[in-house]
Amino acid sequence: MQTLLRTPLFDRHVALGARLVPFAGWEMPVQYEGVIPEHLAVRRDCGVFDVSHMGEFEVEGPRARECLQGLLSNDLDRIEPGKAQYTLLTNEDGGIVDDLIVYERARDRFLLIVNAANREADLAWLRDHELDGAEIRDVSDDYALLAVQGPRSLERLDLPEAPAFTFADGEFDGGACVVNRTGYTGELGVELLVPTADAGALWDRVVARGAVPCGLGARDTLRLEVCYPLHGNDIGPDTDAISAGLGWVCALDKEFTGASVLRAIKEEGPAQRLAAFVMEERAIPRQGMAFLGDDGEPVGVVTSGSHSPSLERGIGMGYVPTALAAPGTELTVDVRGRPRRGRVVKKPIYQREERNGG
Amino acid sequence: MAAESYPDDLLYHPGHDWARIDGDEATFGITWFAQDALGELVHYEAPEAGSSVAKDRTYSEVESVKAVSDVIAPLSGEILEVNAAVAEAPETVNADPYGEGWLVRVRLTEPGEAGSLMDAEAYRRHLAEQG
Repeated sequence: MQTLLRTPLFDRHVALGARLVPFAGWEMPVQYEGVIPEHLAVRRDCGVFDVSHMGEFEVEGPRARECLQGLLSNDLDRIEPGKAQYTLLTNEDGGIVDDLIVYERARDRFLLIVNAANREADLAWLRDHELDGAEIRDVSDDYALLAVQGPRSLERLDLPEAPAFTFADGEFDGGACVVNRTGYTGELGVELLVPTADAGALWDRVVARGAVPCGLGARDTLRLEVCYPLHGNDIGPDTDAISAGLGWVCALDKEFTGASVLRAIKEEGPAQRLAAFVMEERAIPRQGMAFLGDDGEPVGVVTSGSHSPSLERGIGMGYVPTALAAPGTELTVDVRGRPRRGRVVKKPIYQREERNGG
Repeated sequence: MAAESYPDDLLYHPGHDWARIDGDEATFGITWFAQDALGELVHYEAPEAGSSVAKDRTYSEVESVKAVSDVIAPLSGEILEVNAAVAEAPETVNADPYGEGWLVRVRLTEPGEAGSLMDAEAYRRHLAEQG
């Protein structure tokens, strides 16, 4: 049996009574008090997630920029040092090896934060495609990462307002960290990067300031409500960015791996699209369930599904034929043999503004 | 969330279901262990009143945010009543798994089956063995 990896905060999770599950080779907290209270803490106040399992790569050197420009779908020329960008590592077929955030530290020095499950695949891909003059280092074991998310996150940590997708060295309660204005919840928030040895002290300071410990369960429901795709569910090496609705992170006016395939898909229009939907009948869609056509035959598949703690109904995303992808279109989901009605909605499923109304 | 308990007046099925027998009728539900393992319930796929249930067979499903679980009939019978309050507010099961959180009331068709169920002490042992 393969031994599961543990983050430097493992003992703290155990002490808090977390329910631990295997995730991408790591033993991670899926919940502490419960998915719903943790989810709502992030929507209403502030939560903290240990995301130290995520991978970090440094890419540095005179040709680092050129190397990444050829491998990543988004255009690094749209950002500058101190800024970050959501982007895709693509394959020759236009498929998605991984989705990640690239942080530009200097013109020739970048940090990539990647999905834990793809760390090995990404590294292999980068090494296969590296250029002389672009050094790629896996520094995942050197860093811990805490996501502090929610409308009160900055206020609770006494951190200054900063535009989304920027980062800077920061400090609070006597400890330093890199403060990234990024996240995976749709809320205001930061991701704090520290050397592994400093992780415990940082976690303690964040929790002492009232951030509610949150597990991967809430992380998944939060991201699904705002329609952030999950690699391995909604996107993967066999799905393309255009069908997935990620054309906005593909700079098709530059050359990168698979760009010509993506241009062709965009030109012709994708046959299917990743649609967001809400259930109109009481039922919870789950990954792998089929969408049924009028004749009862499968026409598509749910790639992510859950109960939405914010909307208190079943929600999901899945691939449907383009003709069925327009918001308002009625869908039928095969819920373990029971056809249940849902409807395509505009992304995101949950919008922050909704909170103000009620 | 209720505190862990396994009342002595109930009979238990190894699938973490309980039965409270009252003459030729019984009430079914899921145990504290089952609701704790699932977490906060958000959906109860209730069966229809009048349908029959067979011992050891699935008669409904309960779901938490992350998981779906079949609910097993501890005994055979015909469903007299479904707990509509749980269909409306599934978290009732977490709050009171043996009281307000009951799932169905049935007329037993094979009352003799009750002899194969566990009492509370045997069920606690069963849980301990499962570790």
